[in-house]
Amino acid sequence: MATDLHRQVIRPAGQKTDRKPDRPGTGTGTGTGTGTGAGTAVRVEGLTRAFDGRAVIDRLDLDIRPGEFTALLGRSGCGKSTLLRVLAGLDREVEGSVLVPRRRAVAFQSPRLMPWKPVWRNVLLGLPGHPDRAVAEQALEEVGLGHRSGAWPKTLSGGEAQRASLARALVREPDLLLLDEPFGALDALTRITAQRLVAELWQRRGCAVLLVTHDVDEALLLADRALVMENGVIAHDNPVALPRPRDPGDPRFAELRSRLLDQLGVDNHPAAQAA
Amino acid sequence: MTISKPPPDISVIPDQGDVLELEPIISAASRRRHVPRWLRRTAGPLLLLALWQVLSSTGVLEPDILASPGTIARAGKELIADGTLPSAMLVSLQRVALGLVFGVLAGTALALVSGLSRLGEDLVDASVQMLRTVPWVGLIPLFIIWLGIGEAPKIALISLGVAFHLYLNVYAGIRGVDEQLIEAGTSLGLSRWGLVRHVVLPGALPGAMTGLRYSLATAWLALVFSEQINADDGIGFVMNQAREFFRTDVIVVCLVVYAFLGLTADIVVRTLERLLLQWRPTFTGK
Repeated sequence: MATDLHRQVIRPAGQKTDRKPDRPGTGTGTGTGTGTGAGTAVRVEGLTRAFDGRAVIDRLDLDIRPGEFTALLGRSGCGKSTLLRVLAGLDREVEGSVLVPRRRAVAFQSPRLMPWKPVWRNVLLGLPGHPDRAVAEQALEEVGLGHRSGAWPKTLSGGEAQRASLARALVREPDLLLLDEPFGALDALTRITAQRLVAELWQRRGCAVLLVTHDVDEALLLADRALVMENGVIAHDNPVALPRPRDPGDPRFAELRSRLLDQLGVDNHPAAQAA
Repeated sequence: MTISKPPPDISVIPDQGDVLELEPIISAASRRRHVPRWLRRTAGPLLLLALWQVLSSTGVLEPDILASPGTIARAGKELIADGTLPSAMLVSLQRVALGLVFGVLAGTALALVSGLSRLGEDLVDASVQMLRTVPWVGLIPLFIIWLGIGEAPKIALISLGVAFHLYLNVYAGIRGVDEQLIEAGTSLGLSRWGLVRHVVLPGALPGAMTGLRYSLATAWLALVFSEQINADDGIGFVMNQAREFFRTDVIVVCLVVYAFLGLTADIVVRTLERLLLQWRPTFTGK
């Protein structure tokens, strides 16, 4: 089942897909995502992406299972956003093999709504056929924005615009949802709400999610797996086997956090270092 | 650590004297003057008109130099009554309308070709930029040789002026579209044509509207130029005749008509802008 969900980014094969019926665990499990779905939602082998001869991504391998929530961490400039753009099909100057689902959606750091279209038209933009406004409104309802469907993007607050952008991604019923630091520009309070919303939507939709972030706590709150990227490859792959909903006060949470910070090269034991 | 200072004794503050002076923040709605906007906008021109009439009546401004507003109004009434002005206006309007249609079509088409594709840019943009440096009024003699002295050279001149302005602005508008939005459109699965329709063209619209306003101004300018030469009807012709007889009042009537037509065109574009660009998060003035 899994293989015909995919197509190559470089050479489109254009196979028709069916909806993936399986769902991830209800959220209380160990967090490895799917129960039944063997196979992969993303398969990357030997991916290289160079800018002016400098390889930002250097023979990178990555597998993501269907329905799995993966967080991708890394220092600024390590190539994590580039990897996301490659998976989204926005960057095709690559070598190596990249297999991704046909149905994929991106939510960027800034909402990137077309300012000349009201919110509901933004949500429907690019959908095949002429879907009804009700389709958009349903998706907007899901992110708690049903009442703003007719508004111009300029009248939305930052959090609202980000939710509209999320609705636009979800209305495509993606098998792979790519999130590029979607909470980066939000204030701390809005961010917490938005993180909860994403967790809820993921559990309801059951799509694979790749979240690019530089916030270790965010990764640990949301993801089944926290990857750390370094020198153009996935340097560390940490399963996050914590029960949901997660509590940052949990000692296991704290232990994972300090491990991740170590992997990111952040000196998080200043006292120990000094001794 | 202990607190060394006692709390301030507020009972000894005098009722008057050193008390802070507070001022209210007045809401923007109440600060706005209650004179309607249209009245404020017409007040300036009306004042200017009154000043002109006063100068003419007191003899400071002689009628040979410039007729008084009263005389001009009378001349205007006469010209309208004997049908000279309406028929001249119709002819001139027709010229501008035809010139605009051809110019807008040509300018937009060229801008789309060079704005949307790299190949088009290489082929079209360099040539247009080169031709643009030729002052288009200088082309009048050539146009007369090519197209004779009928309607064709006049319309061609108007089209040329319009096309250049529109080309520049639409092209700049297309190239000014936010790359991030193009990328978002791509990620949503829009085809190339979908991108053009839903992202590039709406994004270029503000530029196109600016171009249209410039084009209209140019169109009237081109009309005046072309009607001064070899015209046997139209507003320019009426004006030329008036010059022969030193009728400054008729000349001014014609100028007023030009201005009026220009203003009408501007209102049309403003209305279009208001309808088409209401999504724009721009500063609208306080």
